[in-house]
Amino acid sequence: MTTAPPEQSPAAEAGPGGAAGQDGPQVAAGQAFLPVFVRNLWSANTVTVSVLAIVLAMLFGGVLILVSDEEVLAAFGYFFAAPSAALTESWRAVSEAYANLFMGAILDPQQIRALAQGSGSWERVLQPISETLTYAAPLTLTGLAVALAFRGGLFNIGAQGQALLGAIAAGVLGFALGLPPVLHMLVALLGAALAGAVWGFVPGILKARTGAHEVITTIMLNYTAALFLAWLIVQRGIQDPNRTDAISKPVRRSSYLLDLPGSSLRANLGIVLAVLACAATAWLLNRSTFGFELRAIGSNPDAARTAGMGVARTYVLVMGISGALAGLGGASVVLGTEHTLTPQVIGQIGFNGILVALLGRARPWGVLLGGLLFGALQAGGNRMQSYAQTSVELVTVLQAMIVLFIAAPAFVKTIFQLRAARAARLETSVAKGW
Amino acid sequence: MSTAVADLATTTAAEAPRYWTRNRITGVVLVVAGLAAAAVFGALATDRDARFTLSEDAAGVALSVNGTVGAVIFGLIAAGAGGALFATAARRWYTLLLGLAIAAVVVSSLCWQVSSAPGDLNYMPLVDVARGTFNAALPLIFGALGGVLCERSGVINVAIEGQLLMGAFAGALVGTLAASAVAGLLAAAVAGLLISAVLAVFAIRYLVDQVVLGIVLNLFAVGLTGFLYERLMQQDAARYNEPVGFGVWRIPVLSEIPVIGPVLFEAHIFLYLALAAVVVIHIGLFHTRWGLRTRSVGEHPVAADTLGVRVRGTRYRNVLLAGVVAGTGGAYYTLFLVSQFTKNMIGGKGFIALAAMIFGRWSPTGALLAALFFGFADKLATYLGAIASPIPSQFLNMLPYLATILAVAGLVGRVRAPAADGKPYVQG
Repeated sequence: MTTAPPEQSPAAEAGPGGAAGQDGPQVAAGQAFLPVFVRNLWSANTVTVSVLAIVLAMLFGGVLILVSDEEVLAAFGYFFAAPSAALTESWRAVSEAYANLFMGAILDPQQIRALAQGSGSWERVLQPISETLTYAAPLTLTGLAVALAFRGGLFNIGAQGQALLGAIAAGVLGFALGLPPVLHMLVALLGAALAGAVWGFVPGILKARTGAHEVITTIMLNYTAALFLAWLIVQRGIQDPNRTDAISKPVRRSSYLLDLPGSSLRANLGIVLAVLACAATAWLLNRSTFGFELRAIGSNPDAARTAGMGVARTYVLVMGISGALAGLGGASVVLGTEHTLTPQVIGQIGFNGILVALLGRARPWGVLLGGLLFGALQAGGNRMQSYAQTSVELVTVLQAMIVLFIAAPAFVKTIFQLRAARAARLETSVAKGW
Repeated sequence: MSTAVADLATTTAAEAPRYWTRNRITGVVLVVAGLAAAAVFGALATDRDARFTLSEDAAGVALSVNGTVGAVIFGLIAAGAGGALFATAARRWYTLLLGLAIAAVVVSSLCWQVSSAPGDLNYMPLVDVARGTFNAALPLIFGALGGVLCERSGVINVAIEGQLLMGAFAGALVGTLAASAVAGLLAAAVAGLLISAVLAVFAIRYLVDQVVLGIVLNLFAVGLTGFLYERLMQQDAARYNEPVGFGVWRIPVLSEIPVIGPVLFEAHIFLYLALAAVVVIHIGLFHTRWGLRTRSVGEHPVAADTLGVRVRGTRYRNVLLAGVVAGTGGAYYTLFLVSQFTKNMIGGKGFIALAAMIFGRWSPTGALLAALFFGFADKLATYLGAIASPIPSQFLNMLPYLATILAVAGLVGRVRAPAADGKPYVQG
């Protein structure tokens, strides 16, 4: 028999899935699926907290748009004379920004309409998705780098530096070598992975040998790498001889990451590489002996040492692999889209990789989802900037807030009065001091 | 029986003083480095004079030395200091002799650099260098002090960059809107406090990993200030981004002292604030009840709690205070140095401040010295660029980071964080 739990209209608002918060009596096992599902929907589980974190962040972003919009501020100046004008103006500003965010990241209905009328093209319809995938690829790779180290109990803040080294290696191999197309690309990727691995190996060996905390050493190595790139790029033989600013020679076409032939879309092999790396990392973590040791050491290094596992060796190895992944991330930017080295070539992909790893809760496929979300925000932010005149920096705020809330499930739980989840898998705490 | 003998043997081996003590190893390294400096820099230096002028330009009194002679002499001084370190077993001379040797190597290399500068650029204006050192070091001092306050109570502060940036932004915004430098300064402190408040609540109440928090807050500050900069300041700079800055105060008699006078006594409010903050925080941490409680909470919160110290309350207070200090440091950019806000203007200085805090062993005076050292490296990079030196400025700018890595790896002394740093305290 099924008795629907009585509605008690709690303080909670309608959730993102349209489900109202319900506070029914204990549902016995064997009861209908739906009530149980609805009941668990409004609890502090991974999915709900993630979605609510995004909602909270977007609410905050909306407030930011309002307080920085001259027209809205003007409308609020005569709020008591014409309250509806102020509200209309507010709605216009926020909805315009977020609509463009969506259209730049996923789908622009206008292009579909144009396609139906025969004046558009598939390329234009797919363009937002292509942008999202393009931005997602390097973020997923650096995110995997951070996530893998997380699982071994190491906090690799150095993905930025490792990605920089990867970008440098890919760029230099890209213009210095003359090889047939696919082979050249593979060689450049391999070089990038090696360079990243070396930059990850250093903090690993320092940690294993001297106990120097990896957070400190990797932060320092990030900036060392950035300065190294700044120096390298203006050296003779590296700098583009036709330019006076800090930019390297362009990489050869044979080293480009393959893209869709005959189209102007920017999506390239990078996203395939990212998915492959996800699969490889998932296998490494969950199916290999090394992964087992890694997770054991991550949860309790002393116990793992007592069990005879080589903790120091694993630290060095995991930092090396992590660095290689980040290096590939840097290479995917240089070989995929930029095709040259500049001091800012990889942007913030290493730092954002940390956020992506947290977002994906340090699980490989979760990282892929996190990378896609961040890629979508970036792609949409570009359109928001050009169409709605809302600075793309808003995306940075959104990204930071999303991760802040996801890292603090207890906070989201309190704000939305969520129930405690049955299986609490929301622990994100990793680094234990330094 | 045999095991007992073996035990005895290992015990005596452990108790016998090792020949290769830290002093001896460092001493040998320094002797080699000093001799190498004398040989290499001496060979590279030209026969011209290296002039170290006591002014801001080429004019005035100068300490002048023949390039080759200077490079060789200072290299030998470094080697001598290394030799002395090798000969003495006393640990208390370690820091002094090490510092002397490093300084001598630096001067030796400067003799080479300055004497081989092109044209009549073979001079180094000491006042200018000292002032540049302080200018570069000031945000580092504020930031590192913010870090010290936070971490001594057991909360990791990676958000220094964000606190500085928010301080700089709020200083510019309010300094313009209120047309008052003091208002800007106060707003900067409040802005730093806001970042700190988020750090405190999420770290202490919601037990979020503090390194993660720091990174997120840095990003948040970059995004928020960048967004508001583009939406407000770029649209209407006169209304939002032309803050009234602080001027330079000239203290009558003291500013006449050569070199020190123009640097320390012809300065601005931020220099005095920074030096005062170092003194106050040093005395506060090591000579007051508050300091003792702060340190006990950072080292052993359980013991502190048992004795009735409010662990969380102490941490909240310290983290918030850290935000005030770091935020004030941010205002230095917009209310004195640049006089306007630009996007992401801190550009990694917060992380050098973090390095200064670690390199200074989590102490206010250590942070001050480390910040000055890093500031000197920064200024030196600029100076060498101006005299077309072959040493790339980027490598000098790497110095703070590499020095910190060496320090945490225990290669140059050992640094140790407060024992409970980064560990949230849950009662019960």
